[in-house]
Amino acid sequence: MARFGMVIDTTKCVGCMDCVVACKTENNVPEGYNRDWIVQDVRGTFPTLTMEIRSERCNHCDNPPCVSCCPTGASHVHDVGSVVLVTKEECIGCKACIASCPYDARFIHPEGYADKCTFCIHRVEKGLDPACVAVCPTHCMYFGDLDDPHSNVSTLLASRKHHALMPEAGTQPRIFYLT
Amino acid sequence: MHELTTTRSNPQVDPSLHIWGWEIPVYLFLGGLVAGIMIISGYFIFKGRHKHSYFSCFWLPHISLVLLTAGMLALFLDLEHKLYVWRLYTTFKIASPMSWGSWILILVYPTLLATTLTRIPPAFQNRIKLFDTISAFINRHPTAVKNVGVLSMIVGAILGMYTGVLLSALGARPLWNSSILWVLFLTSGLSSAAAFVHMITDDVYERELLAKADNGFLVFELFLFAQFLIGLLSSTHAHQSAAHLLLSGPYAAVFWVFVIGLGIFIPLIVQLLAVNHKVQHTPVAPIMVIAGGLILRFVIVSAGQYSHWAMAGM
Repeated sequence: MARFGMVIDTTKCVGCMDCVVACKTENNVPEGYNRDWIVQDVRGTFPTLTMEIRSERCNHCDNPPCVSCCPTGASHVHDVGSVVLVTKEECIGCKACIASCPYDARFIHPEGYADKCTFCIHRVEKGLDPACVAVCPTHCMYFGDLDDPHSNVSTLLASRKHHALMPEAGTQPRIFYLT
Repeated sequence: MHELTTTRSNPQVDPSLHIWGWEIPVYLFLGGLVAGIMIISGYFIFKGRHKHSYFSCFWLPHISLVLLTAGMLALFLDLEHKLYVWRLYTTFKIASPMSWGSWILILVYPTLLATTLTRIPPAFQNRIKLFDTISAFINRHPTAVKNVGVLSMIVGAILGMYTGVLLSALGARPLWNSSILWVLFLTSGLSSAAAFVHMITDDVYERELLAKADNGFLVFELFLFAQFLIGLLSSTHAHQSAAHLLLSGPYAAVFWVFVIGLGIFIPLIVQLLAVNHKVQHTPVAPIMVIAGGLILRFVIVSAGQYSHWAMAGM
């Protein structure tokens, strides 16, 4: 079984938010809500500051606490690519999954169910890239199978310095940032 | 310097998590209070006081039914997809404390019903034949009465533990991520229940006993708070930051004044004086204990949502 993941080159990302707009359009995300977003991470002491611009979203973790805490099974790991999804008809809106996510990647959709990035699984199942990856003007985003050593994401991770977000939380995220 | 700027502004998530308002703290408080009441009434039934005490063995289970139903109503009001609540009972997820909780609550109601049947008050006798039959059967068998008492204590303890486990299982929130939380909530529930009985019983023996017991629970609660905070302070930077939310941060004033001071310390002194016959028993100290228990849930739920792994790097 494939294990989809994403690699984002922070040296190319300019924070244009095309990925955010593409996601909202593709997935009909309600006004005022975001499935993906841009973060500017500034560190250091003036004048030696560094800035990393990141496109963030659900990390589709290998050890997803949102799935294990869900009392109804609405949050689940999908058969295709081990993508973490929510079945809205099974979600009671208890918000335990939102509290359990260290990335705060989920929100309550105005219709009452937990919502988040799906890696555009409806596009991926047709052989397309997620909307955010497809639209990126600097081509800084890559999507593929982390278990396939020949995939673009695996070769990038093998050859470039990278990091994931909050690895100390123990969720084993599957989005990696090239630095 | 470490500065994060995000374009995300999801309701209830940003700028800090605030998905759970008044409903969850009220539910956790009422769940803990009912758990404590079940343990206390179960103990009295086990000791055979149902033959003497009209209050603890009859009224407490009835009051518990009302309180628990109010708590479940608060929980229901918190759900965002209310019409799908029945989904909780179409599956059992072993790794989900909330799934455990929903099934535990199913166990609590029949247990409370069994405790009410150890003694049916005269006004309700000969109304429902089945209840009279069960009550007569229980009372013909002393072992059955003891079993009902033990069952009430066990189910009550499980319910009290669950209210803490529900939060401590959510590892993304460092303040909740403590193995002490379930003991703390169980003890707080017992303390609130003892204060409740102390406040409204007219049985002198029960009032004295519960006041003494509550003093023990309050002292143990102070010890648990120390353990809870020391545990967080000796853990990761994220956990230390979470502890400082209570110790010196935005939740410090309400924590020290209302939870520790007015909720534990002052009523402990008053009740120590009362059990030593220096002052009379009044409802003041028990009300302070009960209010402190409620405020404790509000503080822990609110500060827990505010705590975050990202605090470690800030």
